[in-house]
Amino acid sequence: MSKPERTSTHFSMNESLLFEEGSPGRCAFDLPQLDVPRKEMSELMDPELLRSEIPGMPELSEVDVIRHFTRLSSWNYHIDLGLYPLGSCTMKYNPKINERMARLEGFALAHPYLPGEMIQGALEVQKTLENCLAQISGMDAVTLQPAAGAHGELTGILMVRAYHQSRGNPRKKILIPDSAHGTNPASAAIAGYVVESVPSNNRGTIDSGELRKLVNDDVAAIMITNPNTLGIFESEIAGIAESVHAHGALVYMDGANLNAMMGITRPGDFGIDVLHINLHKTFTTPHGGGGPGSGPVAVKKVLEPFLPYPVIQSNANGSYSFNYDRPHSIGKVKAYNGQFGMHVRALCYILANGAEGLKEVSEVAVLNANYIRSKLKDAYALAYDSPSLHEVVFSDRLQARKDVHVWDIAKRLMDYGFHPPTVSFPLIVPGAIMIEPTETESKQELDAFIEAMLAIEKEAEQNPELVKSAPHTTRVGRIDEAAAARKPVLRWRAGG
Amino acid sequence: MRYIPNSQADRQRMLAEIGVDSMEQLFSGIPEKLRLRRFLDLPRALSEPELLEYFRKRASKNEIDPALFIGAGIYRHYIPIIIDALISRSEFYTAYTPYQAEIAQGTLQAIFEFQTYIAQLTGMDVANASLYDGSTGLAEAVLMGQRITRKHKFLVARTVHPEYLAVVDTYVKNLGIQVEFIDYTADGRLDLEQLERKLDTNTAAVVVQSPNFFGTIERTHVIAEIAHKRAALSITNICEAISLGILKPAGEDHSEARTADIIVGEVQSFGVPPSFGGPHVGFLATRDKYVRQMPGRLVGMGKDFSGRRGFVLTLSTREQHIRREKATSNICTNQSLCALMATIYLATVGPKGLREICEHNVLKTEYAVTQIRQRTKHRVLFAAPRFNEFVVQPADSRQFPGLPLSRFYPELGNARLLCVTEINSREQIDAMVRSLAS
Repeated sequence: MSKPERTSTHFSMNESLLFEEGSPGRCAFDLPQLDVPRKEMSELMDPELLRSEIPGMPELSEVDVIRHFTRLSSWNYHIDLGLYPLGSCTMKYNPKINERMARLEGFALAHPYLPGEMIQGALEVQKTLENCLAQISGMDAVTLQPAAGAHGELTGILMVRAYHQSRGNPRKKILIPDSAHGTNPASAAIAGYVVESVPSNNRGTIDSGELRKLVNDDVAAIMITNPNTLGIFESEIAGIAESVHAHGALVYMDGANLNAMMGITRPGDFGIDVLHINLHKTFTTPHGGGGPGSGPVAVKKVLEPFLPYPVIQSNANGSYSFNYDRPHSIGKVKAYNGQFGMHVRALCYILANGAEGLKEVSEVAVLNANYIRSKLKDAYALAYDSPSLHEVVFSDRLQARKDVHVWDIAKRLMDYGFHPPTVSFPLIVPGAIMIEPTETESKQELDAFIEAMLAIEKEAEQNPELVKSAPHTTRVGRIDEAAAARKPVLRWRAGG
Repeated sequence: MRYIPNSQADRQRMLAEIGVDSMEQLFSGIPEKLRLRRFLDLPRALSEPELLEYFRKRASKNEIDPALFIGAGIYRHYIPIIIDALISRSEFYTAYTPYQAEIAQGTLQAIFEFQTYIAQLTGMDVANASLYDGSTGLAEAVLMGQRITRKHKFLVARTVHPEYLAVVDTYVKNLGIQVEFIDYTADGRLDLEQLERKLDTNTAAVVVQSPNFFGTIERTHVIAEIAHKRAALSITNICEAISLGILKPAGEDHSEARTADIIVGEVQSFGVPPSFGGPHVGFLATRDKYVRQMPGRLVGMGKDFSGRRGFVLTLSTREQHIRREKATSNICTNQSLCALMATIYLATVGPKGLREICEHNVLKTEYAVTQIRQRTKHRVLFAAPRFNEFVVQPADSRQFPGLPLSRFYPELGNARLLCVTEINSREQIDAMVRSLAS
């Protein structure tokens, strides 16, 4: 089979690296004229401290820079182009007004070290967001400091540790279901805990019988995800929380999947003591090609003394202030108080929706996932039969008979103009295909995706090679990752 | 709701095709007793014009005058317009982490360029795809130092940004790592004698910042040499990345004994607005030999199966999604969009522009220091060379610009940390000096 022609001579398909493009003397930048006396740098400091030049740093014009990055941008898939069905990632539309609001000069140029009276606007935005997140999650207090979801996990588990420590014993273990995201065990390890895995049952949820055997007085907490990474609600959660609490342990929740439950059910009402919330998932702050994210942590009253400092205080006179006097705090997890630009965007989204809007968001997110499920369940094997919430997990079991695997299906979807779903995760489902459409997709977009998936299923049956050699229409084909990792080239070098 | 395309009629059709009667039925997996049977108690929904008014009103309550002369890890530099024009492209800001390399080459190549710039500027072999910020970056550098040396004692300069030190403390205190502090001397730099005294063969690494929190420039090459003599690593932290345009990087010297092993820091100064403390963007650079101990994402250059150059996330066997609790870090993402801002900034200013910006920072700061010394009775502390910050001991209790240092350094009493950058005009500096002189 011959591959469709992929190469083009146009720059837009062959843009070089910046370092290959520069030309001495080009310039994209001017400074105002110096208005203080000029002196040689060597008069002001030991010449030993000064560098001579920066080898390899290119000189470019403004047009060069604009063309370069515009061309690069055209090689990316993005949410404004179409469906981005990454399970557990909640790739939803990012409202444009969020961006505009975060760029208001009064926010973009605010400095957290100025006296309280000079930063009232920023503090009010943060406090209001904290209050909204507490209400949505059913918790008592919130910190906005963590920079991302995994950072929120670490913050939450450090608070669990501080809580147990304050009662005389930090305990040793964190229990984590085998369907959990990899950051959960990694975060627990950095907080100084040993991780023990809890098996799932044949419904795709926590095996509560096994869990009861594992809980003892050495356990500091269980880290659950609900709905879990299979999109299934842990229906025994209340009982699980009760048995964990009976041993003095706490329940941590990974809030990655909050998009399924806003206004429907609240973690604080089903026994959760601490959870992190991904503003870049549920609350539409953009993913930015991999960050910045934002991972606020919400807690019940018992954990409130351990929040990172500073906390934002509402004063009797209607003003706000940072309170650094927090003797039981776990300390700081990040300089200043979190990814403020993301806080503005998330609050803007929450205020745009209100309570009824957020409930509608979760309802339609669940509707869209179930629509995909109902249309694909005869062509792809469902991993578990339990009811799906905001995402649905299939496996490649049926296609694997023709030696077509999940990665092949993913790559072939690109030829149909879609970003692939999350693949090979959760780990407990061999060949997992994890689809989360979110509420911001229309029926037409979902139907086009479903059609593509059904077409690929036919191809896998009739012409498996076509699927296995995909993608055929992208700028580059599959990268040889093994070769790239064997002899890593992590930077450009002159002549190399 | 304006962000949800499917109308009520669409939804009814979809429910019918699924074969359920109502939305309610889709939630049958959630036990009734856990259902919230009321609306959340949130502010009422706002229309777009109302949102504009709401946020404009709050934004206007923040003071943003550049003549407040405040830095302390967050710097006001000129931000070229083209940065926002480029990062406002949906192709960049609404894309996901580039796991699917074939349709994420734009992000991947830009990160590869970021890694190259950081390596060039620091004089190191490699840099990662960026970290959340400088403070968490420093904590990650310390953990990396422990992995490399398998030792647990760190000697850390007190003049490292105090909030970075607080973050390091939070990260390491449960992992058996001890931090001992090294004081500063009267010239505002690390006390080298004390460092020599406290260094022993159990020391994992020496951690310094340059320019340090007081704005003075450390002798990072001498410090690296001292550390290496006792087989400790040398970790240099940089809060003010602009300084790399003029200061000899800790990663570069004629002798390897005099270079840092890990250079970590914050590049907010490269085109990222202060934004009340975030998002900013951290970096971590090191030697080739330590690559596999690095935290965070890395982008590598590779080839597709027909031989075309392409970029891809690599060395992921270090990472949490593969190694789970044995990963080098729990980090799942980088700070991609901010790293892109820094990359565009560096492409825009170029090597000459960066050097000129540095010169303006140094000269304007020198001018401010000279004027305060000549025209006021307040004392400028610390004689060592400085970049764009300095410490003043006010002679009286008048209103003073800058950051009060007593929260972090009680021994400095009423001292203030001031910052002057290229955006501050002579007029602003003169006005400030006049207000301090009268």
